[in-house]
Amino acid sequence: MSFEPNLVGFLCNWCSYTGADLAGTARVKYPPNLKVIRVMCSGRVDPNFILDALARGADGVLVCGCHPGDCHYVEGNYKCQRRLPITRMLVGEMGIDPRRVRLEWVSASEGVRFGEVVSEFTEEIRSLGPLALQEWAFDPAAADAQLAHQGGEHA
Amino acid sequence: MPKVNITVDGRPIEVEEGSYVLQAAEALGIDIPTLCFFKYVKPYAACRICVVEARDKRGRTRMVTACNYPASEGIEILTRTPRVMAARRLNLEMLMSRCASMPVLTALAGKLGIDQPRWGTGTDTCILCGLCVRVCDEIVGAQALGFASRGIDRFVTTPFEVDSDACILCGACAALCPTGHIRMEEAGGRDVVHSEITLGPNAAIAVPFRQAVPNAPRIDPDFCVHFRTGGCKVCAAVCPKECISHDDVERFEDLEVGTVVLATGYQDFDPTPMKQYGYGRLPNVITSMEFERMNNAAGSTGGKILMENGKEPGAIAILHCIGSRDQNAHPYCSRVCCMYALKFAHLVKEKTSAEVYQLYIDLRAFGKGYEEFFHRILEEGVNVIRGKGAEIVRGGKEYPEGTLLVRCEDTLAAKFREIPVDMVVLCTALEANHDAKDVARRFGISVGADGWFIERHPKLGPVSTTTDGVFLAGVCQSPKDIPDAVAQGSGAAAQAMSLMIRGEVEMDGAYAVIDDEVCSGCRLCNDLCPYSAIGFDETKKTSSVNPALCKACGTCAAGCPSGAIRALHFADEQIYAEIEGILS
Repeated sequence: MSFEPNLVGFLCNWCSYTGADLAGTARVKYPPNLKVIRVMCSGRVDPNFILDALARGADGVLVCGCHPGDCHYVEGNYKCQRRLPITRMLVGEMGIDPRRVRLEWVSASEGVRFGEVVSEFTEEIRSLGPLALQEWAFDPAAADAQLAHQGGEHA
Repeated sequence: MPKVNITVDGRPIEVEEGSYVLQAAEALGIDIPTLCFFKYVKPYAACRICVVEARDKRGRTRMVTACNYPASEGIEILTRTPRVMAARRLNLEMLMSRCASMPVLTALAGKLGIDQPRWGTGTDTCILCGLCVRVCDEIVGAQALGFASRGIDRFVTTPFEVDSDACILCGACAALCPTGHIRMEEAGGRDVVHSEITLGPNAAIAVPFRQAVPNAPRIDPDFCVHFRTGGCKVCAAVCPKECISHDDVERFEDLEVGTVVLATGYQDFDPTPMKQYGYGRLPNVITSMEFERMNNAAGSTGGKILMENGKEPGAIAILHCIGSRDQNAHPYCSRVCCMYALKFAHLVKEKTSAEVYQLYIDLRAFGKGYEEFFHRILEEGVNVIRGKGAEIVRGGKEYPEGTLLVRCEDTLAAKFREIPVDMVVLCTALEANHDAKDVARRFGISVGADGWFIERHPKLGPVSTTTDGVFLAGVCQSPKDIPDAVAQGSGAAAQAMSLMIRGEVEMDGAYAVIDDEVCSGCRLCNDLCPYSAIGFDETKKTSSVNPALCKACGTCAAGCPSGAIRALHFADEQIYAEIEGILS
């Protein structure tokens, strides 16, 4: 059986979630791998959510928000835009390929684009393979030792 | 001004002291003929036709000119005595010796009983009343006219008798000239302000068009004399209600409102880039809006359907779906065109004897009574061709001059057709305003791919938007016809009213709360909040959220290093539970 990535998506209520809705009503075809969690704003996405999702077995996490300047909450997406690269650095240091965490802007009218983003992300994670977190990843001391030894998943 | 009592032809009247006798007579409805009087410039008593007898309190009688004789207590004015009539005749005869053939003079001569002026009949056209000179100086402020020379050689001219830049071509002199001596001519590349443009009113102050809302005149500062010279303001002097202000300027006002209804409408699709239709290149190819304007009784042709040469067309083609249902322009259906195109056909049939061709892709007569109207059109003998107009070209030599050929594929007859017509109406698409995106951004709502504002929900929230208190009405949301726009507008107004009439806003219970016990007082969240809903309590050294200001985005909750902020309905544990749920 081929590998089916298990993906978690955090979609902002106003743009991306509506865009995903539009993808549905427009019958846009995209892989069913992404499981969506609705948040009011991409600014609500706590980096801990991403780490938690990866720890619980997600192979990748997609965060979608409004295009810059279009945020329903004025600037929540800018906060997300600053948090996500740091989160990606963080998961990189944990030995996880940062490509498994992705931020995309999807507006309420971009149902087709949402489908494309999901398809593309699914294919990328499929090519990266399943995220294999080792036991040591959950034990700080062991993780330090392993990281010193291996230098990360794709080092 | 103190009031004085005078009598005119025995009738008493109370007037302001120093006001002119002519005005008192006018107020009493007594006609005193005059050639050189204009209410808004100082009287000059040049024509001397307005002579009357004035008798003061001591009984002394004098001949005076009514236009500039000031009223004083107790004077008696006599306007029709034999002496007055004789003086008027004399004065008029002298004017006629200079210029006899002017209609205004001959008419007056008839009234005063002059058959043959005693000192001959002159051929000049100017009576030297000086109205033009005075209006140019006092009202317009241009001072472009003056008298030159003296005595019988006196005449009106521009400074140094040359074409003068001092003249602003306003036409006030020509409008006031009693004899028609002054004419306006365009020369040296300068445009006359009040030139005859047939497409609409172009006076400096006018109602823009008949059905304008608000239906009030407006001043066009490009043409108004006041804005060129600082003078005039005659309109303000004439207006009895003192409505006219020349100092009013465009300004931005901040209004504090509770609800907003967006009804920004649409813009018309410009068919010029679609070269195949020749709009702007071929004669008598017009858009639906231009046809509508021409068809309007208050329009340029007074409601007549005419070609550029002023003749009635013999055949008209109406092309549907120009710019809509077109992958090269807008993919959507503009929704209103089918029905107005049928209306056009009906109007053409009603007003002219022209053949009408409708070229359509699909006829969408979806509304109440619309299908019936379509059948009525068919009975009226309109040629309805299923096939989109593909191209418009000039007819060859075998056709009369000016013939246009509309090429299309008649998909029902399965053949190519070339229809000779005299006029083509392009039913252009409704298009989202070019700045719709900026407006949407300003109100925190979104626009779709076509530029129309997105409603809260396509079925359950077609009037409201994702921003509370902002509603949509009309075509700005999507193309719709008048009944639909009215329905949506009524809905928007009702929803806005229901919010306002309550006087208080219901929150949906989603907001952030900060746990005092956990908050470290770092104030990181204070700056994260775009609504300044988070304040800092200096005594407790903790932050707290004002639930009325909080819009529940949760950015603070995600940023709190202590995890002290709980975004209600989207709390951490709820989202963790969701993650756990979908990954288990």
